[in-house]
Amino acid sequence: MIQKNKQMKKLFIPIIFFAVLINSCSKDIVENNLEFPALQPASTDINAGIWKPILLTGPTEFPVAVPIAVTTPDYIAQINEIKTWQADLSKDEKAIVKYWSAGAVLRWNEIMRELVAKHNLPPYQNPDGTYPAPNANNPLAYPQFPFANPPYASRAYAYLAAAQYDALVAAWHYKKLYNRAAPYVTDPTVNALIPKSDLPSYPSEDAVVAGVASEMMKLLFPGDQDFIQQKIEEHKKARLISGANVRSDLDAGEALGKAVAQKFVTRARGDRAGTAGGSLAIQSQMEQDCIARGETPWISQEVPKRPGMLMLFGRVRTWLFDSLTMVTTIRPPAPPSTSSQKFKEELDEVHSYSTSITPETRAIAHYWADGISTQTPPGHWNQIAAEDFVAQNFSEVRWARNMALLNMAMMDAAIVCWDAKYFYFNPRPSQMDNRVKTVTGLPNFPSYPSGHSTFSGAAATILAHIIPSKATKYTDMATEASLSRMYASIHYRSDCEKGLESGNKIGEHAKTRARTDGAE
Amino acid sequence: MKKIFLIVLFTTSLSCACLSQTDIDAIMMEKNAFCVGPMFGYSSWKNYWEGTLKRENLNLGTVSTKVFSVMGNYGINNKLNVLFGLPYVVTKASAGQLNGQEGVQDLSLWIKWKAYSKKVTSGRLSLFAIGGYGFPASDYTGDFLPMSIGLESKNLSLRGMADYQRGPWFGTVSGTYVIRSNIELDRDAYYTTEMHYSNEVDMPDAASFNIRAGYRDKGLIAEAVFDHWNTLGGFDITRNNMPFPSNEMDMSRIGFNFKYDMPFHPPLSLTGNVMTTIAGRNVGQATGFNAGIFYVIDFTKKKKTDSDDSKK
Repeated sequence: MIQKNKQMKKLFIPIIFFAVLINSCSKDIVENNLEFPALQPASTDINAGIWKPILLTGPTEFPVAVPIAVTTPDYIAQINEIKTWQADLSKDEKAIVKYWSAGAVLRWNEIMRELVAKHNLPPYQNPDGTYPAPNANNPLAYPQFPFANPPYASRAYAYLAAAQYDALVAAWHYKKLYNRAAPYVTDPTVNALIPKSDLPSYPSEDAVVAGVASEMMKLLFPGDQDFIQQKIEEHKKARLISGANVRSDLDAGEALGKAVAQKFVTRARGDRAGTAGGSLAIQSQMEQDCIARGETPWISQEVPKRPGMLMLFGRVRTWLFDSLTMVTTIRPPAPPSTSSQKFKEELDEVHSYSTSITPETRAIAHYWADGISTQTPPGHWNQIAAEDFVAQNFSEVRWARNMALLNMAMMDAAIVCWDAKYFYFNPRPSQMDNRVKTVTGLPNFPSYPSGHSTFSGAAATILAHIIPSKATKYTDMATEASLSRMYASIHYRSDCEKGLESGNKIGEHAKTRARTDGAE
Repeated sequence: MKKIFLIVLFTTSLSCACLSQTDIDAIMMEKNAFCVGPMFGYSSWKNYWEGTLKRENLNLGTVSTKVFSVMGNYGINNKLNVLFGLPYVVTKASAGQLNGQEGVQDLSLWIKWKAYSKKVTSGRLSLFAIGGYGFPASDYTGDFLPMSIGLESKNLSLRGMADYQRGPWFGTVSGTYVIRSNIELDRDAYYTTEMHYSNEVDMPDAASFNIRAGYRDKGLIAEAVFDHWNTLGGFDITRNNMPFPSNEMDMSRIGFNFKYDMPFHPPLSLTGNVMTTIAGRNVGQATGFNAGIFYVIDFTKKKKTDSDDSKK
């Protein structure tokens, strides 16, 4: 189709100069993530094998066999495999080398974000007005599994990053232990199509990351295995033909990644996310509890009424603190009573935003909306983090560590926020005042506190710790993300402020871990 | 009389590629004559096509678009006219919570050239070339369909048109190619059929075909119109997703137009049309009408020495 268009355009060449004038010529789009340079870590973090893992009992829980010596015929054959590839590389092969050279943790984080965006679509209703639920055992049937809404997405990002971190800690242990150099070192006639490194190449850190992804994605995105497996093969091939790894580096790394990932898969199967969807009976009980407290309960404003999103996600197992800590020190205090003067004032404030939209407030609301068919707010913060991490030249293990801290904090933020949302069961502004119209889609769950604010507080706090020079920027972004929900007329001021506060507390727990994990 | 404008939105302002004396009909203003006037248009849809699947959306109800516009046509000479159109658009959904949007949409300009005109058998054949350019005249966003008031791209349109008139009866056919610029979103990542880390969206070009036929004589034009818009590329709305500016939006519409010059004062005329969508893809099944009042001002100095004969 594209080619056909191009031909048609040629018919209009006499006028194209005119078009150039106004159309600023090229329609090619610069994709920011394809401009990232090859990863060239400032430090190899050679001692990362002693960093504190998240679930592993230690770096040797899943043993990695001694590599074959570089003088063996088998190893030499593996070197020759690289040389054969390098003798005749196609344009496409050079392109995949360049793509994957930006970093394994980075690219798999992006792939996860793409899958989240693809699957972030609420199911269409049944003819009888009920809603079908996606089924993990039949992921390709409509509605496809998963519905990657913000809590689901936060969990997906967290498991992927945490498992990659643990697997890389183990990999770094064995890298230092076995100290087998990269192919371009053991045989100088092998070209390095990526920046050279002193880091031992066995087991391959890239294959570790891909191996983790392979296993975690089977759980999280079971209907996209063709796409995922193709990416895994491409990733491994890129490392081989670039001269970064021999095949035995890749095999050992992938096996280690898969083994470590199994431990996280087991945790995920038991973290109660599987039952977070709840039921109408449970929702009804929450509603009754709210009424018993003398408050107006939330009701779905969708037609037909849709059950609240993941009403039991607040019971999912947290990473950075226990459930008692969550309830006693992180859960925000009760929102203003729906019958109070303060509530009325906050409702009026939302209504005033609803009627005074400017191009600026609309742009802010849309920038942070991260609604359906997007990577969600946690994904947006991953994008922000990734773009900044690229400039930091982290090693892969440090990339994974920082992504794990960020995403564990954001999954915990989802849990804390969803716990409070369904505990307080507070109505949305548009439910309490039908004059309130929204600038973005109205989320189908209780209002207090704001999820965007909770995610953003948690993310900004840990990111400010990771890159202190950008602390002010992150704080400002979190504040803007929080305010954007008032501009969008879907949240009260208390939702936003208390959400940010509890998010900040969650970020502090992530910082506590960061200070003691051995990486600083 | 004059009128124009084309700007096909997901649902919105179905342009009226329909009224008379526009960029898409065979009527020319005479030298130094300027025709200008206000128009009002209304269109709405309840059903829309999600890809090829026709559906309703209970959380939108009926989506309506009101268009208040000013249009004008000036005769540089009898064979060369320039036209403009500037609409103010208001969108609204009858159900759900989404705020409607409103604002000045795109300023469109056209040059219309009557390149050839000759008696053929007992009628007259005329050929035209029309070039148009439209661009957003305010800071609206195209990234909130179906409530957006426009698609936000800058459009360069190139049209060839043939008209044949025999007595009071005529037929006009035209084909248009629309080159559309990329647009910029208020966000820096978006998903189409894959993830994009950019705020820029590649808008596929579009082509349209228009045929109209009917009665055209002094003081009265009445015509039936068929119009087809085809986006050359783009993608389908996925299940239960929202529309996106670079969707493959296609639509076929039929309508009826008239223009009536007031007998007591011929420079004053009324125009009107009705139009409905008979087939589509990633667009609303809109039905609507337009009405306008136009006035012709003749800037010719009252010297009758005009050697240009201007029979149209």
